[in-house]
Amino acid sequence: MAVELDVELVSPEEVTYSGSAEMVIVRTVEEGDIAFQAGHVPFLGVLAPWSVDVLRPGGERDTFAVHRGFVEVSHNKVTILSDVSEAADEIDLTRAETARQRASEALAADAEDVEAAAALERAELRLRVAAA
Amino acid sequence: MPGGRERELRRRIGSIQSTKKITRAMELIAATRVVKAMQRANAARPYARLITSVIEDLAAGGAEVDHPLLRQADEIRNVGFIIITGDRGLAGAYNTSVIRTAERQVMAHTSEGKGYSLCCVGRKSASYFRFRNYRIDNAMSGFSDNPSYDDARRIAETVSESFLVEAVDQVELIYTEFVSMGTQRVVVRRFLPLVDTEMMAREGSGTGREGSFEFEPSPEAVLEALLPRYTEARLYGALLDAAASEHASRQRAMKAATDNAEELITKLSRAMNQARQDAITTEIMEIVGGAEALGGGDATNADIALASMLAGTDASDLVPAGGHTA
Repeated sequence: MAVELDVELVSPEEVTYSGSAEMVIVRTVEEGDIAFQAGHVPFLGVLAPWSVDVLRPGGERDTFAVHRGFVEVSHNKVTILSDVSEAADEIDLTRAETARQRASEALAADAEDVEAAAALERAELRLRVAAA
Repeated sequence: MPGGRERELRRRIGSIQSTKKITRAMELIAATRVVKAMQRANAARPYARLITSVIEDLAAGGAEVDHPLLRQADEIRNVGFIIITGDRGLAGAYNTSVIRTAERQVMAHTSEGKGYSLCCVGRKSASYFRFRNYRIDNAMSGFSDNPSYDDARRIAETVSESFLVEAVDQVELIYTEFVSMGTQRVVVRRFLPLVDTEMMAREGSGTGREGSFEFEPSPEAVLEALLPRYTEARLYGALLDAAASEHASRQRAMKAATDNAEELITKLSRAMNQARQDAITTEIMEIVGGAEALGGGDATNADIALASMLAGTDASDLVPAGGHTA
């Protein structure tokens, strides 16, 4: 059996998720997706607002929406530090959908609206993660 | 007036008893809250520890940045203070000791000719400093007994902002550190500018791990993204500590109040019983006196009865020994 990774998702309030995985896929701010397997060299990166996929040994997949944070990999341990993250099953679809509509309307009215753009990005990420 | 004193004492005992009920309830509530607050503080520890260990790794990776949050001013002109107190009183010396420390700090800095800027967290510090005509730049309240990370972020952002625009050159954080259930102490910590990375690493767990890291995008960029989160995590930790301390202080204060109420009740009950006994004695004396006046003549008998009553013995014991022979 292959060596597994320990995965922890830590928010400022508490450890929100911990388990083992065969592979963890994240997206960093500049250089696209990166996947970690056991034996990966120590790594430290800034996460882009994107999903984090945890591939469990049984073939299951846990997906999280991480809006910002960091990933640290060392000694077969993947730690994701994030102050804004949600598990796929915690996402309120209808709320995300209305948020998306509101944000895109605001953006249509004012293309320079940075907050609306960020809100749209967040809502789309939520919808994407929840659909996966 | 016989009976008047007794009635008054009875009323006082009743009022103390209801006060005792309130303080007892507050004590119990604080006791459950302090446990919850401690759990929250413990749950928040991994994040704070990890974020410090990331900084450690960065220091090991040789990250050198010139981040504005690390700006060391050549001359400190204005000092900011974040003062964390509770929203409510009845917590013993909890609020006063933070406020006193804070005021001393402010005085010390102003006497050196520096300006100050207050950020009062919790209703108690805000009302104290407002009453004394200090200038308060920011006041936030409503969450002292159950702070959330968003509260910490709001405060950290406001304070960092005034630091970044150079309205203040240094920020001190004054709060109550929760050491244990029995010990909490007021501490003054430098909040900004952040000390350099090695110092931060030393402040942390000190579990230096070997192995050179890969950084993405770069050590500098990671550190830059990390520093604001680090200030928030520190402030959040301080808020949680303060909340746990507040509940612990309140529990202790309310326990002392309940004990005092009990003691007072015992004392007053004794006084009341004595008053009642006095009233009864007086009444008996009046009756005896009245009977005496009606019966006439036998004065010695009445004297003996009176004397024995005052001595608290049975009158019949005295009769044979007395001069009641004529």
